[in-house]
Amino acid sequence: MLFLDARSIVSVTQVSRYMKEVLETDELLRDIWVRGEVSGCKTYPSGHCYFTLKDDEAQLPCVFFKHARQRSSAPALRDGMAIAANGRISLYERDGKLQLYVECVESLGDGALFLRFEQLKNRLEAEGLFDRERKRSLPSQPSVIGIVTSPQAAALRDMLRVLRTRYPLARVILSPALVQGAEAPLAIANALDLLNEHGEAEVIIVGRGGGSIEELWAFNEEVVARAIARSRIPVISGVGHETDFTIADFVADYRASTPTAAATAAVPDIADWQAEIHAYQIDLSSLIEGYFSEKREELALVARDLQRLNPQFQLDRLRQRLDDTTALMQTYMEHILTLRGERLRGAAMQLHALSPLLTVARGYAVVRRDADQHIITSVQQVQPGDDLTIQVTDGHIHAKVQ
Amino acid sequence: METVSFEEAFAQLEAAVAALQDGHMPLERALQYYEEGMRLAQHCNELLQQAELRVQQLHVSASGELETTPFE
Repeated sequence: MLFLDARSIVSVTQVSRYMKEVLETDELLRDIWVRGEVSGCKTYPSGHCYFTLKDDEAQLPCVFFKHARQRSSAPALRDGMAIAANGRISLYERDGKLQLYVECVESLGDGALFLRFEQLKNRLEAEGLFDRERKRSLPSQPSVIGIVTSPQAAALRDMLRVLRTRYPLARVILSPALVQGAEAPLAIANALDLLNEHGEAEVIIVGRGGGSIEELWAFNEEVVARAIARSRIPVISGVGHETDFTIADFVADYRASTPTAAATAAVPDIADWQAEIHAYQIDLSSLIEGYFSEKREELALVARDLQRLNPQFQLDRLRQRLDDTTALMQTYMEHILTLRGERLRGAAMQLHALSPLLTVARGYAVVRRDADQHIITSVQQVQPGDDLTIQVTDGHIHAKVQ
Repeated sequence: METVSFEEAFAQLEAAVAALQDGHMPLERALQYYEEGMRLAQHCNELLQQAELRVQQLHVSASGELETTPFE
């Protein structure tokens, strides 16, 4: 927002720019629907259309540029037409002209149509026909789907294409009806009643493709609204384009922005189911693999136990123990023998020291009586004449006692 | 298997997976659930692939009855 100092004197450009900014930043004026009568309509070779929208007390210059006209499905404008024009209000500084830059136009016929729409909408709303509590939930997997629309319309082909792709398991029952013209409202209502009477459909789509306000008008008629309200089967409305709102949309259990969106809303997508099935297949494979690993581990444990109990294994172990023990014994034996040997030598030496031969070697002799070989240790043991043998270190001496 | 509907087959497939997830069963039984589950998955896939949208038109017959006839 430009800041304007009230005391300063501004230029035309400055004030124009300021006004333009005020207009363009205003919430309401940026996107507004204005209704009125067309007058002074002139279309230039450039394709741009200039006209004035007026009513009893005021008028508003409008410009409808070529690209906007081509983008919208607007009817051709004529002086005297009652229309509702949508766009933004701004200031064309060069001309000092305030105008509505039109994005799209809806014909209001004689203007009375719009009023009828408002009156009916208010009346039905007051009756509670639009209440949220009235709206039923849609079945999640309908096996039979009813469609109320024109058999020749592209909208039907579009809906069938969506259903074929998303949910070919279903069955479709078409209840044909005119969807524009004077006979349309009653035809649509009858088609809805027929589906209810037949009773097999679990959900009903009622709708048609895009068009002007007049072309969609049947769906604003009371007879259609009542038929939707009394339908025992839940109803999805799919009328026109995203921005088209008809009374049928308000009464329906679910409003879809287009016929294609209605078909999408009516059914689940089997692609989701296919993904789930695939996931389950992966689960099955990994789960069974888990079982196999578990069993393999158990098997390994048992095999180890088995190996320990194997007789050959036991034998080998015992043999090993035998070898070890034998080796040990060998060592012990050597120790014992060594010890014994030492003790023996010790004893032998002692023995040797006590040996009589040693005594004899020192000069003592062993005297024996020849008669009985008795060893003589005392004089009392001999008499004169006894024969004696005296043993000395290097031999024997024979002697006689005197 | 041919006569089992998609809903039935799918529910049985879910049950087979759940049983295997529970664990603690002899290997033979686990294998049975595995094979059965894979068969069911195959069947479900076939049903989905082979499914064709049936389209009928509703009208009142000469005798005043509601009839459906194939459309297009």
